[in-house]
This record gives sequence, structure tokens and C-alpha cells, in this order.
Amino acid sequence: MSLPVDPKVIPKPPVPLEFSVKAESIKITGFWMFLVSDMLIFASLFSVFAVFRSRIMAGPTPNQIFHYGSTLLETLLLLTSSFTVGMAIFAMRKSHAKVMMAWLVLTLVLGAGFVATEIHEFVTDVQHGITWHVSGFLSGFFVLVGTHGAHVSFGIAWAVTLLFQLSRRGLTPVTSRKLYTFSLYWHFLDIVWVFIFTFVYLFGKIT
Amino acid sequence: MSFMAVYLFYLYMIHTLFPENVRQPTELGADVMIIGAGIIIVSVLTRYKKWRWLWSEWLTTVDHKKIGVLYLISALAMLFRGGVDALMLRTNLALPNIQPIGANEYNEVFTTHGTIMIFFMAMPFIFALFNAVVPLMIGARDVAFPRLNAISYWLFAFGALLLNISFVLGGSPNAGWTAYAPFTERAFTPGVGENYYFMSLLIAGIGTTMTGINFLVTIIRMRAPGMTFMRMPLFVWTTLTTSALIIFAFPPLTVALALTLIDRLFHASFFTLGHGGMPMMYVNLFWLFGHPEVYIVVMPAFGIFSEVVATFSGKQLFGYTAMVLSVVAIMLFAYGTWVHHFFTMGAGPSVNVFFGLSTMLIAIPTGVKIFNWIFTMWGGRIRMTVAMLYQIAFIPTFAIGGATGVMFAVVPVDYQLHNGYFLIAHFHNVLIGGTLFGLLSGMHYWWPKMFGFSLNERLGKFAFWLFFIGFWITFTPQYMLGFEGMTRRLYTYPLGYGWHMLNVISTLGAFTMGAGFVVLVYDIVWSLFKMPRDATGDPWNGRTLEWALPSPVPEYNFARVPVVTSRDMFWWMKRHHATIADQLKPNDIRELELPKNSPVPFILGLGFFIFGFGMVFEWWLLAFLGLAIIIGSLIYTGFDYDEHKQVSAEEIRHIEQSLGRLQG
Repeated sequence: MSLPVDPKVIPKPPVPLEFSVKAESIKITGFWMFLVSDMLIFASLFSVFAVFRSRIMAGPTPNQIFHYGSTLLETLLLLTSSFTVGMAIFAMRKSHAKVMMAWLVLTLVLGAGFVATEIHEFVTDVQHGITWHVSGFLSGFFVLVGTHGAHVSFGIAWAVTLLFQLSRRGLTPVTSRKLYTFSLYWHFLDIVWVFIFTFVYLFGKIT
Repeated sequence: MSFMAVYLFYLYMIHTLFPENVRQPTELGADVMIIGAGIIIVSVLTRYKKWRWLWSEWLTTVDHKKIGVLYLISALAMLFRGGVDALMLRTNLALPNIQPIGANEYNEVFTTHGTIMIFFMAMPFIFALFNAVVPLMIGARDVAFPRLNAISYWLFAFGALLLNISFVLGGSPNAGWTAYAPFTERAFTPGVGENYYFMSLLIAGIGTTMTGINFLVTIIRMRAPGMTFMRMPLFVWTTLTTSALIIFAFPPLTVALALTLIDRLFHASFFTLGHGGMPMMYVNLFWLFGHPEVYIVVMPAFGIFSEVVATFSGKQLFGYTAMVLSVVAIMLFAYGTWVHHFFTMGAGPSVNVFFGLSTMLIAIPTGVKIFNWIFTMWGGRIRMTVAMLYQIAFIPTFAIGGATGVMFAVVPVDYQLHNGYFLIAHFHNVLIGGTLFGLLSGMHYWWPKMFGFSLNERLGKFAFWLFFIGFWITFTPQYMLGFEGMTRRLYTYPLGYGWHMLNVISTLGAFTMGAGFVVLVYDIVWSLFKMPRDATGDPWNGRTLEWALPSPVPEYNFARVPVVTSRDMFWWMKRHHATIADQLKPNDIRELELPKNSPVPFILGLGFFIFGFGMVFEWWLLAFLGLAIIIGSLIYTGFDYDEHKQVSAEEIRHIEQSLGRLQG
């Protein structure tokens, strides 16, 4: 029996730059493990929020404090930034350093927009006396969403240092590995946001 | 005179810097001891001009073997601190109605005893042995992330320091090692003691999580060619499962600690009584970590015993596959039992039955292991070394501890015995009989590999018998006290409850164990000066790859990475006259790239310490300074591309030649 295509004819795709050195490829494995532990931090916070979301006491209900507008804006900004960081990796694989940097800068701008919107939302809440002291629900809400926001802010600071490194050193196995792990981190935060959007904001609106 | 001046200045500083409500009655003795020890260390280092040596050889090292030594020294120091705490507790309870230390001090001491023994003794002791031998066992040149490894150590060390200074600066935590909310909330426990607890565990916990990641990746990605999963020594297997448990267990702890700290410092309402707080959520999160933690500290001991029993019985480990499957099963089951720590919470019969059954279930893989160790000894040529004595003592001790644990799995029994001395006796039975015996066994077994000389066997056996006999004298009466109704965390008791004699016996046993520790330290110091150096690298006729190397091991571990063809590889090599020493030719040696020492881990740890100290006392400026140091060192390490140094083939040839391991 002969195969329809001779396997020797299919060109083997080259190993991407960030995986080409074993030490760097091991670091990517390590970063996945870090993401596992970080995911469990969020899982614990989600479980805390699930227990606390009905513990409103004298405070406002989710329905009263959540707004479709800001939530939708945040979601659009972050989901788009996940796309743009994907484009940056795509450009990196094609060795287009300039294009890659442009996509990365755009990612950061979108991320900064997300953080700014969230800070504005939080500050507005606090100005109306809606603080985490008021109820268990608000404690769970602020810490879960705030931890995500802090992660995004940290990611922005990290990527700014990456921009300097990339512009100074160009694409090497080390710099490309760093950008690749950053993109993993960024996609991860995006997935967490999808859950926050669904279980915190949307569920809060319908109950 | 200068000493007095320093001390007066110190008192003056405490009174000016710290707010009224955090000042404890000054524990003069402890203060004097700590300051005195500090002055002695500094003057000895200065006298012998050892500062530069300390900095370049130890404080900045990224070599896993040296980090292992650092962990071991820290763990033994913490064993001393935790042990002194234990003796203080037992002295207070020796006779009815005597109170050498008062109620509040008693609370502080049992809290620090538990916290230190679990987080700052058992964990670093385990990491000491991971670091010392796991890369050697799998034929690797280092761990996957050497610098991260050093960061883990310094986070642990500065976390431990933060907890230990609490006794003299502002008061120790006093709410038990579990720190249950709402008691740890500000309303019930004001002062800085609990802040110390939460901050130090958060800092050390970050380090522990990174160690888990590091060893998991090391074992998955760094094995020598031919070292398949089913050829790995069992200690490597337990390291793998322990690391996986750490990665999955520490995040819930981090969240539990962080949320309580947010409650305390920033007035959130997680575990408070008012404002819709839910204290039981803390208990759930804590034990969601705490139960896997039990297996995190005992599984490495299982691994150690599996190595020790095979070596000193002169036989292959019996039922290797069953052993591997049982550690994996224990790892998975470990997540399904956490509610058994609080059956009395009242979650209802169905929940309690589920967790009671899952707890009984976990005894099955553990039983499999016990039988396999016994069958390994069966028909073997057993050598009664100190390491083997601990192994033989472990089997009945741990079996009894396990059996009393299964008693607790029966929910109605748990309702009767909960929070009493029967519980205290049970968990010391498994933690000392399992973990500590295992760690001491491993320490004696791998000591020659770490330091290049063995410990004295006679002194070691003497210490062992004191430990073993003292252990049973201490805890058998405590099982009985549990039936007599004595509850835990009691600082004194009246005459006439029938607890008198049992407590006297228990205290005598505790001091016997203390004597065992003194003999152990004497053994170490004596052996350091008097024991002959080990030239072979294989003092025990070992079976696994670490014994193929000279002791202490050169910085690069393997001059040539071995190709593994069999389980118990070194044993196979010896049988086929094919040891690395026999085979290494000058041309086999290539230039190597090794990780370079770095000041970043130490400075990062210092940053966390300053940050933690600022948070404890709510001195925000200091906390920001610490944060700035942390961020600064992270940025520095991000821009540091010069992480490696080259070691030339000539240099390695020279080292191997001087060790007598080069042919031709």
C-alpha cells in the first residue's frame, strides 16, 4: 500500500527561533508551568468570588454597579490586543522585526486602554462609596478583577522592557523566547478575562 | 561595655520607632542571645577576612549543590529553633498549674513551633536533598533554572528571617500555625504578630512555588539520554510528584494568606464577621493547600526510604512499577481529602462521608509502599547503618500513625477526638515518624556526597536511639491524654484531671529527643574534623548515578553525560566494569557552559524582606523602598544577557585528573 504523498517530499517546517536552542525551549516549558500556578491563583479567586457573590448585605447588588458600556469597551480592547500580539509573533516568525515591534506597541496601547478603563471604573465606584469594605461581594469582586488588572499592568511594564531589549539586540533565540513567553502570558490574561466577563459581569447583570 | 551600649541603643530605637500597641514586654533573654550571636558572627567573619569568600562562594552562588548545603544549614538551624519551642511548650505542661511561660507567650510559642517546623524546617530540608542529588540522579549538569533556584532559596531565607525576628520586634504571631479567620482578623488579634505570619509565609511561598516549577521542568526536560521515566530512581519520581503537588497546592495558600492580609491592612471584608464575610472560606482555602502539603512533606521521605532500603539491602527495589503507580495515586488522591481537617464544620453527612471515604482510600497506595519496602528487605543482605535504622524505625512508626489517621477518617470518631491530644499525637506520629525520620535518613545517606566525608556511625546511632525512644515516650502518653479529654493549645491544667503523670512522662520524652538533637549536632561537628575524607565517591556501595561521581561533586557534575541503559544505572555499570571513572578518556571532555554567579537572588530576597517588614508595620515608605528594590532587580536581570561562563576542556581535564578519574 502506498501513501498518497511521499513523506519525504513534504518539507519539514523549520524549528521556530525561540525553540531552536534547548535552554530557551526549556524556559518556555517552565513558563507554561508558571501559567499553571497562576491559573490556580485565579481559580482560587474565582471560587472565592463564587462563594461571596450573593453576600451583598447592605451594599449594592451586582446589577446596580456593573455597566455594559465600560465592560464592553474593556472586552473589545483586550480581545483585540490578544489578536495584535498574535500578529507580533507571526511577524517574528517571518523575521520582520520592524513589523513585529509595531504590532507589539499597538498591543501595549490597547492594554493601556484596558487598564485605564478599569481604573476609571474602580475610581468611580470608590467615589460613590462602593469600596471593598462594604460587603463580601465587593471584596471578592475588587480583588478578583483587580488581580487581573494588576497582571495586565505588570505585562505592560514587562513588554516595555522587552521593546528596549528587542530594539537593542534584534531577534535572537533569547529575545524571541522572551517575546514568545510574553505572548503566552498575554493570551492567558485574555482567557481569564473571558471568564471574568462571563461569570462576574454578565451573570451579575442577569441576577 | 560596648555590648551594653549596643543593647541600650537597640531598646531606645524600639521605643522610638514602634507604636505603643505592638510593643511586647521585652524578652530580654532572646534579645541578648540574638544580638550576641549576630556580634559573634560578624566579628568572626571580620577577624578571618571571610566576607569576600562568603559573598562570592555562597551568597551569590547558583550552583544547585551549594544551594542544597545552604538549605540544609538553614533547616538544621530552624529544627533547633522549632525544637526549643517544643521544649518550652512541654516544660509549661510538665506539671499542673506551673507556668514558666505565661498564656500569651505559650500561644506565641506553639504558633511559631508549628509554622517553623512545617514551612521553615521540613520544606527547606526537603529542598536541600532535592538540590543535592536530583540533578545528579538524572545525569543533568544543573537544574533547569539555576538563577531561579537561588532566588527560591533567598526568598525562603528572608521569609524565615522575617518570622524569626517577630519574637523580638513587636511580638510573634499567636493564632496557631493554621491562623484561622476570623480570629486572625484585626478585631480579634490586633498588633503586628499575625502580619508577620502572613507576610513571611507569602514570601517563602513564592520561593517554594518556583522551586516546584524548577524541579518539575528539570525532571521532565533535563534527563540524560536513555533515562526514561521508568528508569528514574524512586526519589526522582517522588520529587516529580512533590513538585506537581507544590504547583497545585501553593496558589490557594497564597490566596488565603493574601486575602486575610488585605482584610487586616486594607479593611476588606473577606473573613470578617460583619459585612458579609465568610471565615469558613479561609479554612477551605487553607486546607485545600494544607492537605496536599502533608503529602508534599512526606512523599520525599518515601523516595528517600526507597533509595536507602535498596542500597542497604543490596537488592533492587521490590515492585518498582507498583511504587511509581502508588506515588502517582497518592498525588491525585491528595486533592480529594481536604475537608477531613474540619469535619466538625458541619458540612452535612454526605460531604463528610465522601471525604471520610476518600481519606480511607489513600491508605491503600500507602500500604502498598510499606509492603514493598518490607519485601525489598526480605532475603537481602541488610547493613544496619544509621540511614537504614531510621528506615526500619519508620515502618512501624508510620504504620501506627497511618492507622490512627484512618481512625480519624471515621467521621463520628473524629467528632469525639477532634482538637484533642489524640490528634496532636497522630500528626506528630506521621510527621516525625514519616517526614523527619526520612529526612534524617536521607541526610546521613547523602551527607558524604554533599560534603565528602561520612558522619560518625556510632554517634549517629546514639542520636537515633535517643530520637526513636524519646519519640515514643513523648507521644504514647499524648494518645492517652487525648482519650482522657485533654484539648490542644491548652497552656496549663489543674491538678486532679488524671493528666498529671502522663504529662510528666511526655515531657521527659521531649527532652530525650532534645538530647538526640544535641548528639546529632555533636556528631556533625566531630565528623567535620575527625572523619576521614571519602576518596571513592561511593561509600555505601550505591546503586544510582550520584554515586558514580566523586564527592564532593565538581561544579559541572558530569565531565561527560552518561548514557543510561538500565534502572539502578551505577549498579549496572559496576557489574559490567564500565564505571565513568574507568571509561573517561581525555578526548571525551568538551568545553562547558556553566551558569555564572549572580547577586540578583540575594538582593531580590532582601527587597522582599524590606517590603515585608514595611507591610508588617504599615510603614508604607519602607514597603515602597522594598518594592523598588524588587522591581529594580527584576529589570536588571531582564537586561542581563551575560548569564554563563565558559569552563575550558583543559580545566576540566585537570580537575578530573586530580580526582584520579582520567584514563591515559
